[in-house]
Amino acid sequence: MVHSARVVALPTPKVAPPAQSAVLHPLAPKPVSVLSRAVHIGKGIVTQLAAPVLTIAFLLVLWQILASSPTSALPSPLKVIDESWEIIIHPFKVGNGIDQGLFWHVTASLVRVGYGYTLAAFVGIGLGVLLGQSTLAMRGLDPVFQVLRTIPPLAWLPLSLAAFRDGQPSAIFVIFITSVWPILINTSVGIRNIPQDYRNVAKVLRLSPIEFFTRIMVPATVPHMFTGLRIGIGLSWLAIVAAEMLIGGVGIGFFIWDAWNSSLISDIIVALVYVGVVGFLLDRSIAAIGHLLTRGTAAQ
Amino acid sequence: MAYLKIDHVGISFQRGGTTTEVLRDVNLSIEKGEYVSIIGHSGCGKSTVLNIVAGLLEPSQGGVLLEGRAVSGPGPDRAVVFQNHSLLPWLTVRENVELAVNKVFRGQKSKAERRDWTRHNLELVHMAHAENKRPHEISGGMKQRVGIARALAMEPKILLLDEPFGALDALTRAHLQDQVMEIHSRLGNTIIMITHDVDEAVLLSDRIVMMTNGPAATIGEDLRVDLARPRKRLELVGNATYNDARAAVLEFLYARHRAPTLAA
Repeated sequence: MVHSARVVALPTPKVAPPAQSAVLHPLAPKPVSVLSRAVHIGKGIVTQLAAPVLTIAFLLVLWQILASSPTSALPSPLKVIDESWEIIIHPFKVGNGIDQGLFWHVTASLVRVGYGYTLAAFVGIGLGVLLGQSTLAMRGLDPVFQVLRTIPPLAWLPLSLAAFRDGQPSAIFVIFITSVWPILINTSVGIRNIPQDYRNVAKVLRLSPIEFFTRIMVPATVPHMFTGLRIGIGLSWLAIVAAEMLIGGVGIGFFIWDAWNSSLISDIIVALVYVGVVGFLLDRSIAAIGHLLTRGTAAQ
Repeated sequence: MAYLKIDHVGISFQRGGTTTEVLRDVNLSIEKGEYVSIIGHSGCGKSTVLNIVAGLLEPSQGGVLLEGRAVSGPGPDRAVVFQNHSLLPWLTVRENVELAVNKVFRGQKSKAERRDWTRHNLELVHMAHAENKRPHEISGGMKQRVGIARALAMEPKILLLDEPFGALDALTRAHLQDQVMEIHSRLGNTIIMITHDVDEAVLLSDRIVMMTNGPAATIGEDLRVDLARPRKRLELVGNATYNDARAAVLEFLYARHRAPTLAA
């Protein structure tokens, strides 16, 4: 998707001034100055960035106009900057209790996601391999998983609070239980989809189970795995904000809930920008790792 | 004693309570260095015969003897060239062959020798120039050549070709057939090839084994092709032996054992 966008955005070469001199002196070497090259690259960046920048600018202006009326329930962008200036310029502020800079709130949320998601990745891939390789495990566990995976993340929270009697592990558990299903299911599908030909090659070569795992199963399944891992990280980030609203403490979710209780609508909007950007970066980084590991065969 | 002996082999598959007998009483003896084609209509079970020899399928009755020893399970002594090349897409051309070489000759050849042997086999199929390419970067014919190099590199006692040229266009196919004939004459491999192409069978084989239609298919006829090697496809156009062999196979396939769907 990114690639196609890039292709569309490629700069169309306009009439270049050196072409005229080339007509006059056909044998003269084509002059390529550093400046013209820099201009060329600059043009490329501008054409790439122009569309999103213009779109964002348009949306901000629209928002400003719509929220400018004195009776408006939500603040306009300029009002947000004005009211929340303190938290915008002090993201690294260290205060007492939950009075922390936004950077620390996001970090606290990311740490929870990090624990839950890492656990989900290991368990999901492990169980996915089992389900993919063993028909018996598939028959037994698949119906159970198909039911469990439809339970909304937050529905697990009361149960995990009852079990762990503490907010932190409960939030981590919610992240785990949310992100484990896509990882597990995609991994097992990936393993089931290993072509019989590859298995036959392995048999003819008499690869050992370990050799089969490293030389065939992992490379053949990694693209599927990363599809699951990418869906999983997205769901984790969705779930953590909601879970934190309920468990409290430092974290971007509770920050938003706290701002709502204090009627600081502008702070909520700033926090939402953070949530959106961090979610985007999480998705991109998992995609980038997948791209790197599969040498470009996984979906970007 | 025959080099390879397929002895009273039969196989049945069970699916949901019904049993289908695919092969019944298949007997075939192959001498060392022979090029044998198995021909028959699609669905008759010719690939099943090959898979049994390869050890990928277990026969319900009978067995396969290679140099007098019963075959059990797949192994590199019976290398298979699969119909759709089956190269691993995440490995380069060289790595695909190397995977086989390293597996088969670990402990017998040094690292440098294994590297040279990989290179040698790629040169044999004229693919050394593309050794660092990945399968998706080369054409179908080239992939099949790499598949052949991988199989040859295992130094198999018998080479099993499962419709190796089936997925190729006519010109590429002819080119590859010539290369396989050249390799066969140079190395003297024992080869079993599955095919449904009459001309291909006559051109390449010392013997053509014709299979009856399933269920319970078996060998209907075993025809010797007495044509001197090396064979040149152009010189064979008017050759009486070539035409007789061709006519015999065609007669078997289309007069006596027509495809069941066509006969109906």
